[in-house]
Amino acid sequence: MDDPEHRWHDMGGDAAGPVPMDGHDFAIWEKRVDALVILGQQRGHFTVDGLRRALEDMGEAAFNEMTYYERWVASLNQNLIEAGVYSLEELGAKMEEVKARGDTYGAVQS
Amino acid sequence: MPHDHHDHDHLSPSGHPYRKDNDGALSYWQTMEVAIRELMVEKGELTPAQIQAQIDAMDARSPANGAAVVARAWTDPEFKARLLANGSDAAREMGFDIGPMHLVAVENTEDTHNLIVCTLCSCYPRNLLGLPPDWYKTREYRSRAVREPRAVLREFGVDLPADVTLRVHDSTADMRYIVLPARPAGTENLDATALAKLVTRDSMIGTGLPKGA
Repeated sequence: MDDPEHRWHDMGGDAAGPVPMDGHDFAIWEKRVDALVILGQQRGHFTVDGLRRALEDMGEAAFNEMTYYERWVASLNQNLIEAGVYSLEELGAKMEEVKARGDTYGAVQS
Repeated sequence: MPHDHHDHDHLSPSGHPYRKDNDGALSYWQTMEVAIRELMVEKGELTPAQIQAQIDAMDARSPANGAAVVARAWTDPEFKARLLANGSDAAREMGFDIGPMHLVAVENTEDTHNLIVCTLCSCYPRNLLGLPPDWYKTREYRSRAVREPRAVLREFGVDLPADVTLRVHDSTADMRYIVLPARPAGTENLDATALAKLVTRDSMIGTGLPKGA
């Protein structure tokens, strides 16, 4: 799938359609992801290169199907697990605990 | 974010529609964000106050910061020389905390126009201007800004004369560009505060021109 000389994220020069001009206001959960990515780097757990490495390894399908901060939270998680901040098991247990609290983002805040 | 938008035709105060992320059913990725945040707090990595402070710091950054830098450069030749020599230090001199990134200012003149892109990801002078617009992160902009930049500029309403040189700068994680737009003609009597109001976000990316230009 991947040409090492020209990986999918290296899209400069590719043909593409008109630039979509619609924007959106960032949701609080997106702002939190952004903050956690900055703070996780400040804590020394990963670098911006680590963030990008995980984003690029997700592949083109993730780029097409996930939103920007969905990809960022996935990369953040990958980097924090690799850094040993928490384990996959701890993440899984915590996500189950969070989900059990309610059906909306607002309802599950502790 | 406000949730009581029922009286506003589902538009936010900025006129954009709310994304369904704000109000819809809890998503897998939102669940992951909550879990990561809580784990980091439980493990003593971060406090909720630190996280909120980081959000507040990012929210406080806006194109107005860059506009102040541009207006100062238009009115203070020595500052302009320092900005073009070392954008990071010049921004810090004005009190903007731009972190470790290298800010490189590129100057538009009568015969040269500059355009900024990050073809590999979404690198942007976010510590000065705030978070990038959504279009900056799209496949369409990233791909075409280096392939047919004049056509891209036309989509943004900028029809660059054929005899104007167009330079496209591809950002990296460590090096973030900002365009120093040309000062519009007829603004000789305006002070820096009034001039800053002419400087738009897009004029500092190169996809736009200052108001009045």
